[in-house]
Amino acid sequence: MDPKGKVRLSSTLYLTFLAARFSFVTAEPEDLTVPSERGSARNSAISKPHRSRGALALAALVGAGVLLAGCNLPAYGAHHGSTTQGHDTFKLWQGDVTAAIVVGLIVYGLIFWSVFRYRRKRSDNSMPRQFHDHPKLEIVYTIIPLIMVLVIFYFAVLTENNVDAVSSHPDLTVKVTAFQWGWKFHYLGKGVEVIGNTQHYPQMVLPVDQPVKIILVSADVVHGFYVPKFDFSRYAQPGVVNLFDLNVRHVGVYRGQCSEFCGLYHSEMIFSVKAIPDSQFPAWLAQARTTSPSHLLPGAPVTPVPPNVTPRLSTQVP
Amino acid sequence: MTIQQERVEVLLPEEHPHHAEPTGLLKWMTSTDHKVIGKNYLYTSIAMFLLAGLMALVMRSQLVEPDNTLVSFQQYNELFTMHGSLMLYLFAGPFAFGGLANFIIPLQVGAPDMAFPRLNALSYWLYLSGCIIMLGGFFTTGGAADFGWVSYAPLSEATNSPGAGPDMWILAILLTGFSAIFTAVNLITTIFYLRAPGMTMFRMPIFTWGMLVTGILILLAFPVLSAAMVMLFADRHFGTHIFTVQGGGVPVLWQNLFWFFGHPEVYILALPYFGVVTEILPVFSKKPVFGYKGMVFATIAIAGLSTSVWAHHMFTTGVVLLPFFSLMSYLIAVPTGIKFFNWIGTMWRGHLSFKTPMLFAIGFLIVFLTGGLSGILLASPPIDFAVHDTYFVVAHFHQVLVGTAVFAGFGGFYYWYPKMTGRMMREPLGKAHFWTLMVGFWLTYVPMYALGLIGMPRREATYPAGLGWTLWNQISTVGAFLMGASFIFWLVNIWISWRNPIPAGSDPWEYGQSLEWFTTSPPPHHNYNKLPPIRSERPTWDYYHPEAPKVERNGKQVIPALVGASSGSPDASNGPGAAGNGRSGGGSNPPEGHEDGGPS
Amino acid sequence: MRHEAYLYLTMLAFFGLVAVIYWFTSIEDSGTIMLAASALLGFLPGSYFLWWSRRMRPRPEDRKDASIPDGAGVIDSFPGSSIWPFVLGMGLALVVLALIFGIWTAVPGGALIASAIIGVTVESRRGGTV
Repeated sequence: MDPKGKVRLSSTLYLTFLAARFSFVTAEPEDLTVPSERGSARNSAISKPHRSRGALALAALVGAGVLLAGCNLPAYGAHHGSTTQGHDTFKLWQGDVTAAIVVGLIVYGLIFWSVFRYRRKRSDNSMPRQFHDHPKLEIVYTIIPLIMVLVIFYFAVLTENNVDAVSSHPDLTVKVTAFQWGWKFHYLGKGVEVIGNTQHYPQMVLPVDQPVKIILVSADVVHGFYVPKFDFSRYAQPGVVNLFDLNVRHVGVYRGQCSEFCGLYHSEMIFSVKAIPDSQFPAWLAQARTTSPSHLLPGAPVTPVPPNVTPRLSTQVP
Repeated sequence: MTIQQERVEVLLPEEHPHHAEPTGLLKWMTSTDHKVIGKNYLYTSIAMFLLAGLMALVMRSQLVEPDNTLVSFQQYNELFTMHGSLMLYLFAGPFAFGGLANFIIPLQVGAPDMAFPRLNALSYWLYLSGCIIMLGGFFTTGGAADFGWVSYAPLSEATNSPGAGPDMWILAILLTGFSAIFTAVNLITTIFYLRAPGMTMFRMPIFTWGMLVTGILILLAFPVLSAAMVMLFADRHFGTHIFTVQGGGVPVLWQNLFWFFGHPEVYILALPYFGVVTEILPVFSKKPVFGYKGMVFATIAIAGLSTSVWAHHMFTTGVVLLPFFSLMSYLIAVPTGIKFFNWIGTMWRGHLSFKTPMLFAIGFLIVFLTGGLSGILLASPPIDFAVHDTYFVVAHFHQVLVGTAVFAGFGGFYYWYPKMTGRMMREPLGKAHFWTLMVGFWLTYVPMYALGLIGMPRREATYPAGLGWTLWNQISTVGAFLMGASFIFWLVNIWISWRNPIPAGSDPWEYGQSLEWFTTSPPPHHNYNKLPPIRSERPTWDYYHPEAPKVERNGKQVIPALVGASSGSPDASNGPGAAGNGRSGGGSNPPEGHEDGGPS
Repeated sequence: MRHEAYLYLTMLAFFGLVAVIYWFTSIEDSGTIMLAASALLGFLPGSYFLWWSRRMRPRPEDRKDASIPDGAGVIDSFPGSSIWPFVLGMGLALVVLALIFGIWTAVPGGALIASAIIGVTVESRRGGTV
């Protein structure tokens, strides 16, 4: 059976399980500020009110941060995702990084506070208080991270299902074969095949705003199909057929490269994806069928070719 | 001769006059003393670290400008493979469980030696031959292994990577793998069977707990690695087709086997160093570890979870159960968070003094936190799709591993060096080492995060101009050289301490807590001539600091049940040959004399 | 002994549980086998320690109130210096190298291993040193 089907099925199971939890999860930060918690905090050895209140505020902040993901958050240096799938990933990235920064600032704050506040004075030979543990406080800072990661996990699963969704009736299916060291793009049913290697980087032309199904396989070792601006990569492996959809949002040329180390000329295993308006795509197909942009014959035996390092030819992407 | 080691209350004058221990090279070759073997491990693993560091500098020089031709593609591939292999298989692990643990664990549990001294020696010799064989790959005609330290099949099969170099790599991994298994068995047995009276499991120092759990993780992980290596070797030479699709094999099986080893390995490299930090922070804060039991349970939880997350390295293969591995990976953040809060709690309201080990420990906290947070990002499958196999991942795991093996590891080195050698390191040089390393560290790895986000894949021998990668790479290279330079301070420090020794007393840090600070520096043959009563997880502290405020458990003060502690100073019973003793104030009444009697 | 047993039995419980979950949700078998094997690794020493912990008096190192003299006496027999681990290690390395460079390195390697085995046995029996 199709392994991907089973993966998605399980994802859905997890999702249902978590959806049931989620109402509880969002309610949790408020519920935790029960009076008894505060009362006991006052008597504690450590200045616990600050810590637990800070932690609660943190949980609320992170929850809010994740919920607001994608509204007006900075990009944090990442590509915005030029496919719909990649854009979903990008939004998740924004939310997760925001949460990470909030958590990081709080923990850094605590570390630096201890370092600067509690530095020993040179003449001070007294002993500090020897507090050894505080189970209630420890339970609080076990539960809060647990809730946080469950919230983050929930959004990860949501996004993952979007990114991994494969359309059943795509307009266009491209079979991508990775080999040492180059790529072959076979437009199934269209009679077009593009091959390129380290001397002539191949280009995959796709229509914009159309779901395109990619069938990714490898002819020899493990490769990685990676287009940075799509915020996406997937291994091409011998013995495994990987399926995924690309739905490019904007016209343009996107540089791509093998990401998984695959031998001597791994760093020259470059390709590009060119997205053109849907209306121009049939014309491109027709032209490709006659003039055949590949300089190699389709189906020709693939032999490793040393790269032509200087000058770099073809499909140089600005 | 066989020594019937006894635990004694009183000094045994010159207990072993009869056997002449060999000296020099013969001592090095024949010793079964855990202290000598531990030091051998330390020297060897640090040599491997420096070599791998030099390889990293060559790689950074290659990447300093686009289309650079300093090294060829082939050489670059060999360099990053050997850099990773040396650092992960031959430095970070053996430095912790071969070097530090070998030396410290018997001391911390109050044992005369490891449980199986000859097996201990054997594991060192296997490790050393593994090192030599792996490096020997460079001298074969085909060059060293060049398929990455993960050696993904079928790239590592004979058709794609022929030659003796890869074979030597595989066999070196086998030898060092068995060495690690033997060491793990030895450590676990020592901890279970050779503890001193009163040293219950929940009084062991956290470093010992970390090493115990690490030992169990080694027993889980390394046999899988060895099995995978044997399969790979059989594929290469004996005509099997376990990982080749043409013969009906399953290449993905390699990744499952490898990462079932590989992820626990990451924690095999982390848990000991968590332990090191947990030793250092309390001593320099003059406080007990905060949340001792929480620490222990967090260690166990991390170990358990780390063995069920292996496929988060395989998110982009498309053939793993994403939600399962994602959830398990996220859950690791919880016990790690407990550890972080406990470390902060240990420093909280303490009296912190910033000697070199403490600086390195705090450096670890800061560095590892950043690495951990980027790790939480990577546990999300879609984000992993976006940055998998890019420099983002490189930056992430270097932050984690440099945080543990280098910051915490060298913190531990500075911390225990006086105990191992009886000499002090120089503080100014140690601080220079720390700050240079810290600045270099951020300069090296922050640009790598940026590079990964804009799309530079890892393991690239060179890259074209015009992609906006050049400047980041140049900053990173400057940082790498700064990190490299910082180790010059460290080498000079050792050189000075060797030429011009300042004797370290039994407890050079004045507030040592665990048992090893009770004996002389360096410890005598079979470690202890006298032991203090063990009534908590810090027997040395209890013995020397009865003036300290009472311990507060759960907000309530409890009286440490310290009985029979004041029967004289242990100094009187320390064996001959110890290089001085810092407890100069220690007479018949150590507590009063101690505060002003510490070493300068 | 009890805590040692519980440590391993926790392993048994945890990996047993994860193996079952993994078996029913995942799409590959090797992981289930490795997880189940991990659970077994927890079972073997764990059950052994538990069995013993119920049948023996707590050792001094298991007792919170034990004092150092409680552990007085012979702890164990520790070997002195010995050349044989070195010989055995070099022998193993040579035998392993024979897999790459041909059978000829296995001959001295095998000889070293044999002598080490004999040597270490004799040494242990006689209680002798180098």
